[in-house]
Amino acid sequence: MANNNNVGPKRLVVGAHYGLKDWLAQRVTAIVMVIYTVILLVSFLSGNNFTYEGWAGLFAQQWFKLFSLVSFLALFYHAWVGMRDIWMDYVKAVGLRLTLQIATVLWLIACAAWAVQILWSV
Amino acid sequence: MSEAVKEIPRKARPEFRNIHVTELSNYRLPPAGIVSILHRISGFLMFALLPVVLYLLQLSLRSEMSFAHFQGVFSHWFTKLVILALVWGYAQHFSSGVRHLFMDVHVAIEKDSARKTAKSVLVISIIVTGLVALKLFGAF
Repeated sequence: MANNNNVGPKRLVVGAHYGLKDWLAQRVTAIVMVIYTVILLVSFLSGNNFTYEGWAGLFAQQWFKLFSLVSFLALFYHAWVGMRDIWMDYVKAVGLRLTLQIATVLWLIACAAWAVQILWSV
Repeated sequence: MSEAVKEIPRKARPEFRNIHVTELSNYRLPPAGIVSILHRISGFLMFALLPVVLYLLQLSLRSEMSFAHFQGVFSHWFTKLVILALVWGYAQHFSSGVRHLFMDVHVAIEKDSARKTAKSVLVISIIVTGLVALKLFGAF
């Protein structure tokens, strides 16, 4: 296959089809984050003073905890797709790229656990 | 695998590669190109600052004492600068992301309208960042 530029009607089509899945996941997670941002901004700006009672009171509600967690998970998935694109585009050395990708995944999983801890501490 | 594709001798195709890093300074991107690379830069910036965001959220929520500590950290000028960088990144990524979503449903994909929306994205994120900067540094 190497170096023969067989692009056209006789191209050998290969692929794992994860391109479409990631593309769709990035859109869905983006929409979740847009909705969360709007709700957070509205509730933040409608309160007249930024106090602990008001802020923690918002996060103390069960529906907001769950919504926050879902949005954080959406963020981490979204960040994974984006960071994977960045590593694939700029890091050509396979070993280094794989290392960075694995580190990104592990880091995002750790962040997800951290987010759970933060949200359920209120 | 190579048997599946017939070898056809043909003229060498011209190869177009990405520009080299050293050529960046004299390469003028169109507005849509600027928005595209800023989408990537702002995304990476927010990924890099993720622990800062989580740490500040933790301080602000854990207890009344940690909230007071949070307010102390927040009032430092350097924290404000970091927050401002995050705000710009978020505004830029958010608005160009919304532009992406509209383009996915074939809104504003023609050259002229795409150029207009690209410019609006840049302007919106600068205005948002400017307003937050004025608020953070106490202009109102």
